[in-house]
Amino acid sequence: MEEKKLIKSGEILISHPPHIWKGFSTPKIMYIVLAVLLLPAGAAVYFFGLHALWVMISSTATAVFIEYAIRKLRKKRFVMDGSAAITGLLLALTLPPRIPIWMVILGSAFSIAIAKEAFGGLGYNIFNPALAGRAFLAICFPVQMTQWYIPKEFATDAMTSATPLSEAYVYVGTRTALYKDLFFGNIAGSIGETSALIIITGGLILIFLRLIDWRIPVIYIGTVAAGALVFGQDAVFQIFAGGLMLGAFFMATDYVTSPVTPLGRSVFAFGAGVITLLVRSFGAMPEGVCFAILIMNAFTPLIDKYVRPKPFGYLRKIAKGRVKN
Amino acid sequence: MSIVIRKKGFTAGIKLNENKKSAASPIQLLKTPERVIIPLQQHTGAECEPLVKRGDSVFEGQLIGDSNKLISARIHASIGGVVSGILKIVNPVNSAIISAVEITSQKAGKEGEQPYSGLQKQDGKPYNAGIIPENVVDLIDKIPREKLLETIKNSGIVGLGGATFPAHVKLNPPAGIKIDTLIINGCECEPYITSDHRLMLEYGFEMLCGIYIISRILEPQNILIAIEDNKEDAIINIENLIGALGFENTFKIVSLPSRYPMGAEKTLIYNLLKRKVSTGALPLDVGVVVNNVGTAKAIFDAVIKNRPLIERIITVTGDIERPVNLFVRIGTLLGDILESIKVPDNKTLKLIFGGPMTGFSVSNMDFPVTKGVNCILIKEVKKPLENNCIRCSRCVAVCPMNLMPLVYASYVKNNKYEDCREYYIDSCIECGSCAYVCPASIPLMGYIKTGKSVLARKS
Repeated sequence: MEEKKLIKSGEILISHPPHIWKGFSTPKIMYIVLAVLLLPAGAAVYFFGLHALWVMISSTATAVFIEYAIRKLRKKRFVMDGSAAITGLLLALTLPPRIPIWMVILGSAFSIAIAKEAFGGLGYNIFNPALAGRAFLAICFPVQMTQWYIPKEFATDAMTSATPLSEAYVYVGTRTALYKDLFFGNIAGSIGETSALIIITGGLILIFLRLIDWRIPVIYIGTVAAGALVFGQDAVFQIFAGGLMLGAFFMATDYVTSPVTPLGRSVFAFGAGVITLLVRSFGAMPEGVCFAILIMNAFTPLIDKYVRPKPFGYLRKIAKGRVKN
Repeated sequence: MSIVIRKKGFTAGIKLNENKKSAASPIQLLKTPERVIIPLQQHTGAECEPLVKRGDSVFEGQLIGDSNKLISARIHASIGGVVSGILKIVNPVNSAIISAVEITSQKAGKEGEQPYSGLQKQDGKPYNAGIIPENVVDLIDKIPREKLLETIKNSGIVGLGGATFPAHVKLNPPAGIKIDTLIINGCECEPYITSDHRLMLEYGFEMLCGIYIISRILEPQNILIAIEDNKEDAIINIENLIGALGFENTFKIVSLPSRYPMGAEKTLIYNLLKRKVSTGALPLDVGVVVNNVGTAKAIFDAVIKNRPLIERIITVTGDIERPVNLFVRIGTLLGDILESIKVPDNKTLKLIFGGPMTGFSVSNMDFPVTKGVNCILIKEVKKPLENNCIRCSRCVAVCPMNLMPLVYASYVKNNKYEDCREYYIDSCIECGSCAYVCPASIPLMGYIKTGKSVLARKS
C-alpha cells in the first residue's frame, strides 16, 4: 500500500492525553510571587535605607548565580524559573538591617547550595531554603543576626534596639502607638518584616490570585492569636510583632515544603502556630517563626502520608470483603 | 412547569477554553471509503471472533464479528465488498494486539455509494414538529421489551460517548436492581468536539425516540437529558421536540454549567442526583443508567430502521481551516478523512482520536475510526518539557475524584507501583484535568496510565 503523503514535511507527535495545557507554568507563578515580594522589598528600602537594597540585591544575585553554577556542575538543565530569586529575596527580607554583605552572600549560598540543590533542586528540598539560610546565619553569627535598629534613626546615628519580642524590649509610648508602629512598620526588626500592612497586602494579592492557600496564613496567625489569648498574652502584639506575618504569608505557604491537601495544610499551619507560641514563650530566642516553619517542614511528608483525602465515593472495606459506606 | 431544569452556581471542575469551532457546521456525509479496517474489538469487553475470511464477499451491514461472551458487542461490515485480509492491529487504548477485518469495495460505487435512509434529512433540514411521523411512538409501543433488547444486541450498539460499553448489557440490569433514573448525556464537556451538539440539533427527533425506546426497556421514573449551558440552541431544540412528541410528563432537560469533566459518568450522576458511584461500582448500583445522546440515536436507527451500528458522527477539527462534522463509516481510515482536510504544513502536529483531554494520538494514517471515536483533532503542538514537580497541589485541587495525582508521578518514576494503590490509583477516571493544570507540564496522565496498566498486568 502506497503511503499517503498527507502531512507535508512536518512532524507527528505521539503522547498521552491531555493534548492541551493551561500554560500557567512554574516560571509564571514564581515571577508573580517575585513581583508581589517587591512590596515588602520596597518597604525595606523605605524603612532601612540603601543598605537594605544592597542586602536584597546581593542575596538574590548570589542565589541565582549559585543555582546556575550548581546545575551546570551537576550537568542538569538550568531553568530560569525565578525560584532561586524568590529564595534569595525572601532570605534578605528576614535579615537584620545592618548585616555585612559577605554574610548575606554566605547565607544565600547556603540556602541554594545546601538547603535546595543538595536535596535535588527545585521540588525536592525538605526545608524552606530561605529559612534554612536564615537559621544557618542565626546559628553561625548570633551577634550580628540580632542587631536591630529603629528605622527612623537610620539616617543619623544608628540606634540599636531590641526586637519587640525580646524581653529587653521597652516601648516608650502608649499601647495604641505601639500597635500603630507594628502595623505600619516603624519598628526595629528584619528589613522586610516590620510592616504588617505591606505584607498583608502582598499576601492578599497572592490569595486573590489563588497562588497561595488562604488556610495556611489564616490558621497560622489565628493559632498564634488564640494561643496568646489563652496564655494571657497580648494577641495583637503577638501577631504583628516579629516575622509572623512574613512567615505566614510567604514562607509557610511555600509549595514545595508544605502539604498538598487542604486538611494537611491546616494541620501544618496549626502546628507552626503552636511551635511559634512555644518558642516565643519558653525558648531562649526571641523569635520562633523561622524554626516553627522549619520544624513543620520536616513533618510535611508525614502529614501528606496520613492526611490523605478519601477518593470520591470511597467505600471502607471491612473484613471478609464486605463493603460498607 | 418547564421541562428545562437549570442548575447554576458553583460546581467543581475546571473551565476550559471551549474552541467549539465546528458548532455551526451541519453534519456532512463523508464519501464512502473504498477500504475500511474494522477492528473486532471496538467495545469494552471480549473481542469478537471473525465470521468471515479472506476473499469472502460481504454486503453492507453484514455481521462479520461475534462473540459468545456476555460482555461483547457485534461487529458489522460498514461497506460492501471483499474481505481483503484479517489484520492484527494495536489497540491504542490499551496497547493490546487485536484482530481487524479489512474490506475493500469490489467496484467503487456498486453497493457502497448508496447512503442509508437515515442519513438523508428531509428537505435537508433538521426534523421539526411538522414532519414527525405520527406513528413512531405507537410503533415502539407495539414492540415487546425482549425484542427491543435483542435488536439492540444484534445491531452491535455500544455507548457512543467514548466508553463503548455494550448497550444491550447496560440496558439489561441484573434481576433485583431497579433503575429509577435514566440519564441521557449530552454534556459534551471536552473542548473542540461538537458531534453530540450537532446530533441534538439535527437528529433530535431520532434521539428522543431512541430515549423513548430505552425508557420502554428500563421503565425509569425519571428521564433526565443533561446538556451543558453552552449549547443553548440544542436545549431549545430538544425542548420543542419533547413538546411536539408529547413527552413533557416524563422527559426533563437539565442545563448544567460548562465545567470539565461534567460529562464524565460519575461526576454527571453526582451533579444531577448527588449520588456517588464508588470505584469499581457501576451507575446501576445507585439505580442509574447513563446513555450518550448518540447511543440513543443509534438505538432508534436499529429498532426503527433496522440498521446496525456501522456509521457515526465525528467532528474533524483543530488547527485546520474548516472544521466539520461528518457522518463516517466505522473503519474509515484516518488518511481518507484527512484527504478532504487541509492540514497545516511544516508544523509539529498531533493527530488525535477523541477530544483534547482524553483522546489518544496516532501517527499511522491507516488507523480506523471505531465506534467510540467522536472526534479527530489535528493540533499544532510544541514539544513539552517536563519540569520538576513543585508540589503546588493544583492537581489535587482539580481532581474530580479527590485523588493526589502528584504522588503517582513520583511512584511510577521509581517503579513503586504498589504504592500507587495506597493512593487509590484505581479510582482515577483519566479525565486529564491534573495534567492540564500542572505548571511543570508533567504528563501525569501518562504516569497514571502506565501505573494502572502495570498494576493490571501484575494482578
